[in-house]
Amino acid sequence: MPVTIEIPTAFRRFTDGTPRIDCSAATIAEALNDLTTRFPALSRHVRDEQGQIRQFLNVYLNEEDIRFLGGEGCTLKEGDRVLLVPSIAGG
Amino acid sequence: MLRLVRLGSQRSSRYGAMKGEAMSDLYELRCRECGKTWGNSPKSFCEDCFSPLEVSYDYDSLGKKVRREDLAGRTFNMWRYRELLPLAGDVTPASAVGGTPLVASRKLASHWGISNLYFKNDAVCFPSLSFKDRVVATALVAARRFGFETVGCSSTGNLANAVAAQAAQQGFDACVFIPADLEPAKVLNTAVYGARIVRINGNYDHVNRLCAQIADRFKWGLVNVNLRPYYSEGSKTHGYEIAEQLGWRLPDNVVVPMAGGSLITKIAKAFKELTTLGWVEAKPVKFFGAQATGCSPISDGVKRNLARFEPQKPNTIARSLAIGNPADGPFAIKLIRESGGWAEDISDPEIVAAIKLLAETEGIFTETAGGVTAGVTQKLISQGRIGAAETTVVCITGNGLKTTDAIAAEFPLAEAIAPRLDAFEAYLDNQFAAAAAAK
Repeated sequence: MPVTIEIPTAFRRFTDGTPRIDCSAATIAEALNDLTTRFPALSRHVRDEQGQIRQFLNVYLNEEDIRFLGGEGCTLKEGDRVLLVPSIAGG
Repeated sequence: MLRLVRLGSQRSSRYGAMKGEAMSDLYELRCRECGKTWGNSPKSFCEDCFSPLEVSYDYDSLGKKVRREDLAGRTFNMWRYRELLPLAGDVTPASAVGGTPLVASRKLASHWGISNLYFKNDAVCFPSLSFKDRVVATALVAARRFGFETVGCSSTGNLANAVAAQAAQQGFDACVFIPADLEPAKVLNTAVYGARIVRINGNYDHVNRLCAQIADRFKWGLVNVNLRPYYSEGSKTHGYEIAEQLGWRLPDNVVVPMAGGSLITKIAKAFKELTTLGWVEAKPVKFFGAQATGCSPISDGVKRNLARFEPQKPNTIARSLAIGNPADGPFAIKLIRESGGWAEDISDPEIVAAIKLLAETEGIFTETAGGVTAGVTQKLISQGRIGAAETTVVCITGNGLKTTDAIAAEFPLAEAIAPRLDAFEAYLDNQFAAAAAAK
């Protein structure tokens, strides 16, 4: 499915300044793999040594945290937006 | 009028020297995971590993700069600990904040069968009647230092009140973001100060995610986003005051409400700092966290011994604690476990009962978060986790006037009577009859 990954400012030094990419992916996991394949320097910031999404990296599908959607295995549909938010603050 | 300045070409300056950066600072930002230092600037996460930042201090130099005895002549508010806060050297804080009572319990302690129970009562913190006044106070010092003209926050209510009040006082424009279903009193208590209020169709976690994007795009000082490391330091003063009010000693137990999980970690940091500086004797303190069952990702993480907490969709009357994805959740869980404490949660009816109990026994009217903390304390005592002879401090963080809707149904208005003595006597007769029938 054609989807868009939106890249926050802090990540863009690993993406040559690119603010978003379009890719074709069936799941969040595939989308993240596409992202880190294109920008290998980002890889260690997205996943930890066990291959899990890093604890302080939050991934959203459109407006929803993917942990409420079944995690990175959740499926994508055409036009979906994937958003990365490092270290959610608040409280 | 809000100054809607996009970062645009100024974006690169976020990563360089900021206005007001001082080489003589005895503090700087440090990553809580990898330990890398970042100087002082408006950022909340490490740009290497994307973990949260916090303020770290040069305690050797601080110890030479201020002694405990130096505080004796200072007014009792949070600024008496100014050397232990991230304030630039030439800053004069704008207003008195903190300096709230530590109430020694008699009735409730007796009711619960313990002897040394205290309530740290930030329900009467000025100017906006919650502990959020403390964090906003340090955040706005940072906002001024970094040259922000507009400040804001994502809020479950109390923080919006505090930002709006102090922004008005200090001449900042304020723009706050809240879940659309927030209690009317909390919205009113923000609006009255002239702040712009943006209501979001979603829960707090949706609001918070949006604010992360806004902080990335606009040159605004969002106190609990890009100013969060400085903001959260204000919470330490709640802990300093507890220690000083106990006669410069630490309690055995502290019971703290948890939303994002920051306050409990900052009270621990405060106690550790006082110990490092030699202002109190070192001793183990157990940290207990309190949540509402309808939003309990941290207490759930503690009780199930999870490696990572699981976020939740909040569903509780304790809206000020309704954060399903708590930023400091991992740190709060670690602290609670390592201290030998515990975390618990209670239902909404238990929250209401605890609000009433605290008011009826101690004369403290707290909001729903305080009901959570009081009710959880009762639960911890009944579980035997808090000992009868131990010194226990319960943190009351907000005022009951803000959440009257949560308990209004408990107190239906009595029928009015005529302004005549015989009407009053008839009223008393009816009351006695009703009481007798109820027995």
